[in-house]
Amino acid sequence: MESVSELLTEQEAAIYDRQIRIWGADAQRKLSKARILVVGITGVVAETCKNIVLAGIGSLVLMDDSPMTFEASAANFLVPFDELEGQGNSIATVCASSLRDFNPMVQVSVEEGGISSKPDEFYDRFDAVIMGRSSITLRTQVNEACRKRPHRVAFYSVDCRGTCGSLFVDLQRHSFTSKKAGDDKAAQQDISFPSLQEALNVPWSSFNKRTSKLLFALRIIDQFEVGVGRRPGQLSSQDLPDLISYRGKMCAIQKVPESFVPENLLQKLASVGGTELPPVCAIIGGILGQELIKAMSCKGEPLKNFFFFDASDGKGIIECVVPSQMNDH
Amino acid sequence: MGSEEERIAIEKEKVLMVGAGGIGCELLKTLVLTGFKHIHLIDMDTIEVSNLNRQFLFRKSHVGQSKAKVAREAVLKFRPGVDIVAHHGNVKNTEFDIDFFKQFSVVLNGLDNLEARRHVNRLCLAAGVPLVESGTTGYLGQVTVHIKGKTECYECQPKPAPKSYPVCTITSTPSKLIHCIVWAKELALAKLFGDKSQVSDLDVRTSVDGKSITSEVENDDVKFFELRSGESFQQFAARVFDRIFGYNIEIALQNEETWKARRQPDPLYLDKILPTQQEEEGSAAEENGNGVEIEQHPTVSAMATLGLKNPQKIWDVQENARVFLESIQLFFKRRSKDIGKLVFDKDDQLAVEFVTAAANLRAHSFGIPMQSLFEAKGMAGNIIHAIATTNACIAGLIVLEALKLLTNRTEQCRMTYCVEHPTRKMLLVPVEPAEPNPHCYVCSETPLVLEVNTVTATMRDVIEKVLKRKLGVDSPVIMQGSSLLYETGDDLEDDMAAHYASLLNKSLALYPTPITTGVVLTVEDYHQDFRCSLHVKHRETFDEETEPDGILVTGDIASVINAEQPTLPTKTPAADDEDLFNKEENGHGDDNKDDDDDLVMFTPETTAGTKRKLEEDENLLVEEKRLRIEEPPVMV
Repeated sequence: MESVSELLTEQEAAIYDRQIRIWGADAQRKLSKARILVVGITGVVAETCKNIVLAGIGSLVLMDDSPMTFEASAANFLVPFDELEGQGNSIATVCASSLRDFNPMVQVSVEEGGISSKPDEFYDRFDAVIMGRSSITLRTQVNEACRKRPHRVAFYSVDCRGTCGSLFVDLQRHSFTSKKAGDDKAAQQDISFPSLQEALNVPWSSFNKRTSKLLFALRIIDQFEVGVGRRPGQLSSQDLPDLISYRGKMCAIQKVPESFVPENLLQKLASVGGTELPPVCAIIGGILGQELIKAMSCKGEPLKNFFFFDASDGKGIIECVVPSQMNDH
Repeated sequence: MGSEEERIAIEKEKVLMVGAGGIGCELLKTLVLTGFKHIHLIDMDTIEVSNLNRQFLFRKSHVGQSKAKVAREAVLKFRPGVDIVAHHGNVKNTEFDIDFFKQFSVVLNGLDNLEARRHVNRLCLAAGVPLVESGTTGYLGQVTVHIKGKTECYECQPKPAPKSYPVCTITSTPSKLIHCIVWAKELALAKLFGDKSQVSDLDVRTSVDGKSITSEVENDDVKFFELRSGESFQQFAARVFDRIFGYNIEIALQNEETWKARRQPDPLYLDKILPTQQEEEGSAAEENGNGVEIEQHPTVSAMATLGLKNPQKIWDVQENARVFLESIQLFFKRRSKDIGKLVFDKDDQLAVEFVTAAANLRAHSFGIPMQSLFEAKGMAGNIIHAIATTNACIAGLIVLEALKLLTNRTEQCRMTYCVEHPTRKMLLVPVEPAEPNPHCYVCSETPLVLEVNTVTATMRDVIEKVLKRKLGVDSPVIMQGSSLLYETGDDLEDDMAAHYASLLNKSLALYPTPITTGVVLTVEDYHQDFRCSLHVKHRETFDEETEPDGILVTGDIASVINAEQPTLPTKTPAADDEDLFNKEENGHGDDNKDDDDDLVMFTPETTAGTKRKLEEDENLLVEEKRLRIEEPPVMV
């Protein structure tokens, strides 16, 4: 028998009615217990936060001490216009206040300080971490820290640059129920994910021609930004020659021809720098929001483990990048 | 994309958004962030609590207010400089005419019903403005682009008609819970609390087997369902219970032919189900009622007075019986103003409780598994699943297509599907738009064939069942050669209006110039700038089950259906992928409709207040099959 405390409140049932019809009351209850940490609030992260707060996660902690600027708010609708006039609030503070307004049933708070200054135990407070734009070094560090914790801390990283958007997912080991097409019964399944570092170590020569070129182009950008000490997204067309030279080195190490990573793609990514396009943010934020909901409610097959979208061709592609010994499917 | 020149170009463009619901909120936000500065927004709806899980521009305090207006205010908070004009009204209103549409560079649809979509499609064609159309249901969504003369219009592919059920299945031989729900909603609820002067379709066609329940009710005792003098509400409720679940079933059982190959239903009588009920519940209701009439209070609830808490739990027969009795009494005590004019609304708690209980009791009688109020509400209200994430993706895709249209990159336009399970690794699947269908009766001038029994069918049948329901015509003008047979409009002279009204119920063959085989009718809708011709063909008989309307639009619609497939994309990913087409199947997918939000455009639905109709003719089955092939991620 269901005890009353296990029931959704009347308010929850009314507000979440349309989505409970998709994923069920049980998934909604699991979702309402999920504790999410967000590090670095870009436009696509704002979109993601909106989606998961509306869906009714348990709590959300925002980390981003950067001051409010026009640039930072360009693709971020969580920033009211009057906040732009130098009130001195951090992005996290401003966004938290808007998000609380979206759904009073979700606890939204702000954590100060940089993520690299936090002890590993910090992650025990969360069930999932979402990293916005950040260096590849920091992403792998945080991912490793998540993996060391006694309970599973899911890891996501996301970034949008111009027409392109990318996602990485590490759920470590994940059990979920899913309905297969044409089958009415939901079956329990278990899958495992490689860490970000393990995925990065997969040799390029093992990919086929149809693998999204963004996987490699963004690797080159990552290496370039770390190598020359740029803030992520801080690049322009003028950096193209350097990017091409990085491509040369990396392709040589990976034993693939340079044509493996098209120059026009590097050109495109260099020229947009860190600019986010709002429609691309909406799309990637929608996909990431849905992935979080799936993972936290243990319902539905999660995407494994990279996702790339380019508005230039309109394709949204999942790439499964796993070391050969893990390739059990 | 994203260049400074483009941004400046975008700032000058004026766009029209139709719909400020699930997709609309996301779309408005993404448009202003992208740099659009001149936006008109039309929506006739007001905000409801169940919108709040995804329509993020709205708060609980906004419930009841205009979606268009609140959405505008909310967006101005983060982009004050944008010029947004909010229209709280129906896009079909005549103020939104062709000239109104002409002022826009592109029209973006985030609509929830087929009728409005067709209407906007016609106005866009007439005004020569490109249309970006969209829809979502659950995890699935799609965005399509329609450019007059270059790509197919929204109506180039026939849309499946709303799912409906043979009348005798509803009145006599239900085999699924949905049949019982339709019965509870359209017959029981309407009979007890609805407008008695309105003859429902279901009543009219009760002579199917000569002994169906409603004909019995109808002929036998119209007054039976009225409160008798001196009768308490409780006595009335009990009398109705025994009548519709007991006596009527016994009558139906007398028709042995019907039950030869079917399980016989069990009559239910109150004294067997609730032997001790007589005083208990009645008094609870009595107390609650307290003789005070509360103004249209939304929380009047039989569940509440009976102490039932969990809407997800399936009630047992006793609980259903109690809810049935209690809800009837509550209608009399607390909602008496609605009696005689009640129309089912999925947000009316008491009506949903009544329908759930009545449907479950009938289901129990017929050996059909019962369901929870939550599930029954979804079925009765044709509620579409809706989540913010899919809407956000779809809104992003709409803006990307709008940008292509406004920066002369129309050759790059794509229709895009958002799917739940990856297809060839893709979650977002772009497909090249199809060319216009040369046989489309909307964007080309293809004649249609009207098959009808001209001796029995009236002009009213043609107008209601064909012109409005199937062809999506709003205000028809009908001509036979140069003589005007019918027109509508406010500016019509009284005597002409009376003249047309007098002809409406005449059978077609009795018109001054008989309308029968060989006659060509011209139908126009000036507001939609729509015209087509109907070639009349007399036909004597129609299949009661599959052609219950007794009227078919065929011939060229059929040739449209059987025509060569429009140029299916050759270099697109979906073209060679059969899997994509067979992936999605959804339990609720066959008759989904929501009157508040975000429908997938190919999902059949009607507007609030209109009944779902019986349309299962061959053509539509063919259409469905075809749609399944071309609109893969959307269930039909």
